[in-house]
Amino acid sequence: MKKFFGIFLTAVMLVAVLSACGGKNDGNSGGQASGSPAASGDTGAKKKFAIVYKNTGNPYGEKEMEGYKNAIEELGYEVILKAPDQPTAEAQITMIDELISQKVNALAIVGNDPDALQPALEKAMNAGIKVLSLDSAVNTESRMLHINQADPERIGRTLVQGVVEMIGGSGEIAILSATSQATNQNLWIEWMKKELEDPKYADVKLVKVAYGDDLRDKSVSETEALLKSYPNLKGIISPTTVGIAAAGKVLTDKGLKGKVQLTGLGLPSEMAEYIESGVCQWMYLWNPLDVGYLSGYAADALVNGTITGAVGDKFAAGKLGEKEVIADGEGTQVMLGDPFKFDASNIAEWKDVY
Amino acid sequence: MEQRLIANKKEFTLKGFFLQWEWLLVLLLIGVFVMNSNLSEYFLDSANLRDATMGFLDKAFIVLPMVFIILLGDIDISVASIVALSSVIMADLYNHGVPMELAVVICLAVGTICGWVNGLLIVKYKELSAVIVTLATMIIYRGIAYILLEDQASGKFPSWFKFLGWGYVGGIPFILIAFVFFAVVFWILLHKTTFGRMVYAMGNNTTAARFSGIQVDKIKIIVFTLAGLMSAIAALFLTSRMGSTRPNIAMGYELEVIAMVVLGGVSTAGGKGRMIGAILAVFLIGFLRYGLGLVNVSAQMLLIIMGVLLIVSVAIPQLKQRFAYVRRK
Repeated sequence: MKKFFGIFLTAVMLVAVLSACGGKNDGNSGGQASGSPAASGDTGAKKKFAIVYKNTGNPYGEKEMEGYKNAIEELGYEVILKAPDQPTAEAQITMIDELISQKVNALAIVGNDPDALQPALEKAMNAGIKVLSLDSAVNTESRMLHINQADPERIGRTLVQGVVEMIGGSGEIAILSATSQATNQNLWIEWMKKELEDPKYADVKLVKVAYGDDLRDKSVSETEALLKSYPNLKGIISPTTVGIAAAGKVLTDKGLKGKVQLTGLGLPSEMAEYIESGVCQWMYLWNPLDVGYLSGYAADALVNGTITGAVGDKFAAGKLGEKEVIADGEGTQVMLGDPFKFDASNIAEWKDVY
Repeated sequence: MEQRLIANKKEFTLKGFFLQWEWLLVLLLIGVFVMNSNLSEYFLDSANLRDATMGFLDKAFIVLPMVFIILLGDIDISVASIVALSSVIMADLYNHGVPMELAVVICLAVGTICGWVNGLLIVKYKELSAVIVTLATMIIYRGIAYILLEDQASGKFPSWFKFLGWGYVGGIPFILIAFVFFAVVFWILLHKTTFGRMVYAMGNNTTAARFSGIQVDKIKIIVFTLAGLMSAIAALFLTSRMGSTRPNIAMGYELEVIAMVVLGGVSTAGGKGRMIGAILAVFLIGFLRYGLGLVNVSAQMLLIIMGVLLIVSVAIPQLKQRFAYVRRK
């Protein structure tokens, strides 16, 4: 009897624990989970807008999601923020399925892979959900619209021009990227390589593209590996905020300021100390809050029919004014603006903003 | 000398029947459904539930042979790498002109060979435990996948291939039908054939089994080969779900599969456990995840819940034994 009682109690306890966990999340509005589970709600009530980022624990991604959340809440709707713990496409597919089941009105995605999400996103679009991508694009068949932060050609070329100027026109350089399949990364790296084909860079050699997966510890070890394998390395371009911050730390700790130059795309808040110390002379970025914010308004415009994602469509994007849809290969996109240069003269004013 | 009859099965009591581990799983499954439908109005939608299975069933195919492996007291942590390698080879061949049907067959062949190699190594080098061998092959197989595709994706499969992971037959997802089919096959194999009995015997005491005339080596090889084959089948469904493949797909699958098997009541020491338990565990974990995802529980919270569930599932049999021991005293 004791045995039976024991097992029965355990089962009850488990069910209670699991329900309690769920109950706690009802009131939990922090972290990555947001949006109230509509226990009493009905489908006619508040419109739901969802955003799926690449992974959790990424300060840049959190800013983008925050911008999206601000836009949606400004419009008076409900927002759902989701991000998988690993930057994989499989995890994003699962989340897309969950959002389809929740019958959201719009789904904004920062893709971990340009092609792998296509079947899932097509299913979403067939279910009447408006799908748009931002930052890291998915292929043109998987989305109605893409929100681009800045012209990838400009990003790629400017970063190369910057690092070459820093190293004095000749030497070995390397790129520290994020994950190997992230669309945005590969696009920028492609433009960097194109820029390097110009004969004026004849003395500059790109020795390696390393992948830090947007994980702090991996980015650190990849940077150290670069420094070990290429003792004559003179410059590192890191077009990812996690990577550039990690590289900045490694270069500072090893006292390589001035010997190995660093530039890329970084968050002012994370890179302020390295710009002030001179480890990184200047870097670029745009405002991720604005990227998310613009996506929020674009999603709303798609949902209420103001635009369909075709070239020439115009819509109002709250504080950002009016935006127009332009062509992007076989698809369409909306451009946020130009990349912004951060250096010692302006870093102090930006490091508290984002 | 008086005659004595010794029963070959445990006497059937109502209490004994309902105290089985598998009933606890059923209770938990009901509990999960109750909890999830309270959390989200979208859970009890039959279309949603049906579609939810398409998300977690791809790794379920690997659970079936893993039950056999763990019953033997062994383990196979290379299954995820076999999935990746078979998928990558299939995609690479297709994109180099091999017709898709043939590429699919080659995918299955690759998986089978990988499993067979596992089995051969384990049987031939008895000093090396299964975990060491499959640890090595886990790295080697995925390494080969990386050499083939480097960091690129490969895909653009013909549209009929999408049917595997996304298609329905008469309203039921194809993947569910396929899983039920294989589950029945493996259930029969384990519980209704001599082969199954031999696996149980080996799990309980390999030496005694060998001296009873059971072909221990041959059975081990067969079991690991089956794991390889089912991993390739899982690869087919996973690749179809994603529409493209890369060398780093299915990361972490081996841990999830083993978790499902252990939660299903299969003892890691070998010799104890039933197929129905593992199948129930698959649905339990699958629906639990899905329901929590519907209310947008964070990814980290989900991991914690899974971990707790796993620890509890391992602890309960231990507690049971201790209760029984104390009572006997």
